[in-house]
Amino acid sequence: MIAFAALLERLLFTQGRRDKVRLLRRFFASQPDPDRGLALAAIAGELRFASAKAWLIRDLAAARTDPVLFALSYDFVGDLAETVALIWPDATGTAAPPGLADVVAALEHTPKSLLPDLVGGWLDACDAGTRLALLKLVTGGLRVGATGRLARLALAELSEGRASAGDIEEVWHSLAPPYLPLFAWLEGRGPRPDPAEAPVFRPPMLAHPLEPEDIARLDPAALRAEWKWDGIRVQLVATAGGRRLYSRGAEDISAAFPEIVAAMDFRGVLDGELLVVRDGTVAPFADLQQRLNRKSVGAKLLADFPAAVRLYDLLFDGAEDLRALPFDTRRARLEAWFARTRPARMDISELIGFTMMEELAALRDGARAAAVEGLMLKQAASPYLPGRVKGHWWKWKRDPLGVDAVLMYAQRGHGKRSGSYSDYTFGLWRDDGELVPVGKAYFGFTDRELAFLDRWIRDHTTNRFGPVREVEPALVLEIAFDGVQRSTRHKSGVALRFPRIARLRPDKPAAEADRLDVLLQLIP
Amino acid sequence: MSAPHPETWLTPQPGGLFCAPGGLFIDPVRAVERAVITHAHSDHARPGHGAVLASAATLALMRARMGEVGAGRVQQALGWGERLRIGEVTLWLAPAGHVLGSAQVAVEYRGSRVVVSGDYKRQADPTCDAFVPVACDVFVTEATFGLPVFRHPPAEAEIGRLLDSLRTFPERTHVVGCYSLGKTQRLIALLRAAGWDAPIFLHGALAPMCAVYEACGVALGELRPATVAAKAELVGRIVLAPPAAIADRWARRLAEPVVCMASGWMRVRQRARQGGVELPLVISDHADWGELNRTIDEVGAPEIWVTHGSEEALIHEVAKRGVRGRALRLIGYGEEEA
Ligand SMILES: [Zn+2]
Ligand SMILES: [Zn+2]
Repeated sequence: MIAFAALLERLLFTQGRRDKVRLLRRFFASQPDPDRGLALAAIAGELRFASAKAWLIRDLAAARTDPVLFALSYDFVGDLAETVALIWPDATGTAAPPGLADVVAALEHTPKSLLPDLVGGWLDACDAGTRLALLKLVTGGLRVGATGRLARLALAELSEGRASAGDIEEVWHSLAPPYLPLFAWLEGRGPRPDPAEAPVFRPPMLAHPLEPEDIARLDPAALRAEWKWDGIRVQLVATAGGRRLYSRGAEDISAAFPEIVAAMDFRGVLDGELLVVRDGTVAPFADLQQRLNRKSVGAKLLADFPAAVRLYDLLFDGAEDLRALPFDTRRARLEAWFARTRPARMDISELIGFTMMEELAALRDGARAAAVEGLMLKQAASPYLPGRVKGHWWKWKRDPLGVDAVLMYAQRGHGKRSGSYSDYTFGLWRDDGELVPVGKAYFGFTDRELAFLDRWIRDHTTNRFGPVREVEPALVLEIAFDGVQRSTRHKSGVALRFPRIARLRPDKPAAEADRLDVLLQLIP
Repeated sequence: MSAPHPETWLTPQPGGLFCAPGGLFIDPVRAVERAVITHAHSDHARPGHGAVLASAATLALMRARMGEVGAGRVQQALGWGERLRIGEVTLWLAPAGHVLGSAQVAVEYRGSRVVVSGDYKRQADPTCDAFVPVACDVFVTEATFGLPVFRHPPAEAEIGRLLDSLRTFPERTHVVGCYSLGKTQRLIALLRAAGWDAPIFLHGALAPMCAVYEACGVALGELRPATVAAKAELVGRIVLAPPAAIADRWARRLAEPVVCMASGWMRVRQRARQGGVELPLVISDHADWGELNRTIDEVGAPEIWVTHGSEEALIHEVAKRGVRGRALRLIGYGEEEA
């Protein structure tokens, strides 16, 4: 547990991706089985203990700390596990911290009612750093600035040429912690694990933002265009071994979308956009949000927010791997496959005809429909390449919308911004002259702007409510956002999608900021 | 007749804490006629006052920071425990253990005593006189680290981690972010005590305060300017720089720098990650949670007033021991070192 805690600590403070991979490789090379495999699972987010959740940390905190002090500390630290790790009394006894394998084994077999004592006893034997690693492990929220992908890069290095990170990703979902056959393969002691029948995730092909200088270089004749839908990217995998719906980040989200899984009555791997579609019309992203991050869904949710997939690529037709074929060929295969299969709740992403880039530019600017973010451009000749490879796919988002709003309230940020006022509520003028809050922004500003805002807020505070400061309505913020929806939660009646601070406008008088009407007119 | 409650004669005003019967402000945040200054940090010692009363070292540091005129038209130095009558109050200073010259101000009026502690700490510091608890009726305290998550480890152990990293990465320059007044000199003294005899390299902004410390009799060993030194000369060395400099181009000119930061905030990871810190060192010149509570118990005041910081938690905690707490919410403090 100590070596694992030390690794997490180093990873957290190490900036460079290369250095992180090196730290991980060194850890995997130096630690024994099964500890290293369990650590790998923890970092990749594959280790979950059904009974140990945030409630456990809360219970421990409640048993050992003053609730008021805990709440104030949590507000400052911004992370539940770290708050408990820091506030916990330091070790006084002589008990040694537990080993990683012991922790995993004990968590799997200990009844829920005995967990608080078990974990509390471990914490008593640890220093603050190990306490934090332990709590993060127990609740499955490591977030150490390393991901499964980074770990697989480290494993590829460990294999000394036997496997690439992509090779490892292809077998990954057929394996389970502590990954003994994987390490055996990577170290040349065993065969490649065979994923053949397992419904594994295939690393997706990602797009780059289209830069202005790219536009002149692109040949419209060699390019295909599609709408960029405002849903979430998914991979549909159906094999003899089962059906899975994966998010772009390889997370298995099948349980949240049973109607899609039920419709996957075929064999193949497809790439597409998950959307909520009613009567053929794509609903705003907010509707899809109702369906995300759920372990199960009820009948009402299924009826109110019906999901669908807009398909744009065919990676495997049955067991045949199409990824090396050019886009145009895959597209033809996709259309043929679709005509043959006709899966429910799915359609094909339409190709947009054009001959000049200018036409596309006009289409993109006109793309104000609720569920279109812009355009996707793909080279007709490109194979399906894992990762974000330059020069094949581009996303060309429409320009964001913007308003000039007035800063109204500020709140201390959580975590790394906990020392400064970094959460901002801004408002627009109503016709009766009242300023009404329309949204909150947490990012979009530079460190220099943050420092300016922080000082400005301290100097213009008119009222304090706990961690919140009300400020003089005197500072104009240029807010960029991607859309507007009606909202009953806000006094203004509107909610912004993805608001961020585009610019500070200390030069602009607050009275000249925008009116609420401007937003109301943008509601689709 | 019972003594008037201190809240009738010592009041928080926009300019700072004002004592009417003495006609004076303590650590005023704007220029006033008569000021008593606890210590020379920029949020407590502001330029342009008329008469300024402080410890001799604080006055010397103020003159170095803001010039002879800026430090006050009339400057009066007061030794520890020297009693002075001003208007209807009697006033004296006791060491606060925060930085060189840092003082607590004891104000007595009609039988009651208030102690304004400024910023303070209880950890040992070879560069300044140690905090002395003074019994009082009202103890005015800071609460920069007024949350139970803040527990500063022994500074010597943190210095040990720095020296350990120097042994692990002998080819790299260790650049430590630290505030120019107090933290810098304490780090140097701690390094010397740990046996680091090599020259220590300073960013230009840190040199003037070091000179005042040396003039006041605090030996710092060999210090060299880091701005003009050749990159090669800094391999395996310790460079001290203001926090703002460690993340910018200045630090990148050094040989594969290991960016370190010495501050009590480093206890919280997300804070430590700010600005690309690779080696956080939890070294603070402010009292941690334990020190704040211990000090309040030692001075035995039935009432505390909290100037700035996490006042809510501290007031809640002392209430459990029957001590009444009051948040002054003075604006303008705590935007300096920690
Ligand atoms: Zn100070
Ligand atoms: Zn201060």
